[in-house]
Amino acid sequence: MPEEEFEPIIVGLLCHWCTYTAADLAGTTRMQYPPNIRPIRTMCSGSVDPVYVLRALLSGADGVLVGGCHPGDCHYVSGNFKARRRMTALKSILNTLGLEDDRVWLRWISAAEGKKFADTVTEFTQKLKKQGPNPIKKYWSI
Amino acid sequence: MGKIAILEVREGKVLDALSRFWHELLEKGLVDALLIPQELGEGKNVVQTLVSHPQSLERPDPLAPVLPVNSARIVSQMTKVAPSPRKIGVVLRPCELRALVELVKLKQASLENLVLIGIDCFGTYSVSDYGKLAQESSSPTQDFLKAVKAGKQDPSLREACQICEYPTPMNADLVIGLIGVDVEKGILVEARTPEGEKILEALDLKPSDEKEMARREEAISKLVAQRTKKRDEVLERTQSEIYGLEKLLTLFAPCINCRNCKTVCPLCYCKECFFDSPTFEVEAEKYLGWAEKRGTIRMPTDTLLFHLTRMNHMALCCVGCGMCQEACPNDIPVANIFRLVGLKLQGTFDYVPGRSLEEELPLATFKEEELQEVVER
Repeated sequence: MPEEEFEPIIVGLLCHWCTYTAADLAGTTRMQYPPNIRPIRTMCSGSVDPVYVLRALLSGADGVLVGGCHPGDCHYVSGNFKARRRMTALKSILNTLGLEDDRVWLRWISAAEGKKFADTVTEFTQKLKKQGPNPIKKYWSI
Repeated sequence: MGKIAILEVREGKVLDALSRFWHELLEKGLVDALLIPQELGEGKNVVQTLVSHPQSLERPDPLAPVLPVNSARIVSQMTKVAPSPRKIGVVLRPCELRALVELVKLKQASLENLVLIGIDCFGTYSVSDYGKLAQESSSPTQDFLKAVKAGKQDPSLREACQICEYPTPMNADLVIGLIGVDVEKGILVEARTPEGEKILEALDLKPSDEKEMARREEAISKLVAQRTKKRDEVLERTQSEIYGLEKLLTLFAPCINCRNCKTVCPLCYCKECFFDSPTFEVEAEKYLGWAEKRGTIRMPTDTLLFHLTRMNHMALCCVGCGMCQEACPNDIPVANIFRLVGLKLQGTFDYVPGRSLEEELPLATFKEEELQEVVER
């Protein structure tokens, strides 16, 4: 099959106060970026329990993008710092088990950074196209 | 010093000497109650009991090599709603103490009015193995201590114990020292806090000398080294058994979603488990949708998700007591898997569960300048 047939699916868990607004900005300013992301609004990157990231991956998402405010800018003061620890832990666990931890991205994208949002989605999509589909999709015995 | 004393053992009767010690604690009013393991059912099991009268203390045996439940759960159950109004001496093994420290940090237990009495641990058998030993012998504890003294290592001890590198209690008020001690002559009692010292002073015990302590320290480091070596061997094997999706799914294939591992885990701290919540109550149409997408889905669903989520929630606090392993009806090596994942995770945050009450839980705190590499490559 030709390579361009694989269109990765990225689940975006985006903070209401920054990255989700950045996605809005990218849209209203008509920036072009791949339609591979499925944005889900969360109130804070710090409210993203690893179970949601894992659920997306085990359900066959090719990548998960967790988007939060820049350090120091969290609407809830420190949610993004805690998200960073939580995602570090998640990646460590995936790593120990030999699962691909690079399918999980945590990025700081502020409400003003529409372009950074578009660029991040473009970059993640290209990376996942190169990496190939999430192998979990092949298994039903999860 | 005066912080270390010897509890004299007469005619090699270790349990009798200790029994006098427990009785004295209650008789002298040094504690109002004791949480202490006692023999049950003609010795077939040894379970935690809460005793408030010395005359009701019939067959205490906290040295019995068996751990039916991690008692940190029991202490949490007793003190979660409100701290104890009266003084309770709680007799715990090192892994129970460590789990308790974690639960206190998770605000699921209170140490107020508790006197923590930690005992050295040479390891434990599964409840069923212990039951068999109890049928063959009048005192499996005495036999066990004799075997330990002779330098014998029983490979039928629980594997979690064989690879446990924390055989002595941390954060105890009083420590009952057995390692490196000739227990047939005397048991070491060490006070590590002012509370412990107060109790030790009130008891009429022989002071110990420094030579005894040095011998003990040496024996402890030897045992720790031995167990650490074994731990590394076992976990290396586990790593090779688990690495990669294919192997992971094979390992968890026997899982029947009973969640026993969660139920007995002292550190699965959520009051209501996410997996018991209505999040997972969905209509048939949803299941059909998933099945259509994949062709087949395993039922019940979310087996791997459950274990991976549990790792994310508690592996940082995992003390390696191995209760999960005991509870698994299908012998999935959950304890080793969690130990392996936990050890790496704890290393990432330089955290040792149960080491200190002051050290903050890694997931409840942060530093502003750290882990940049996780956000930008």
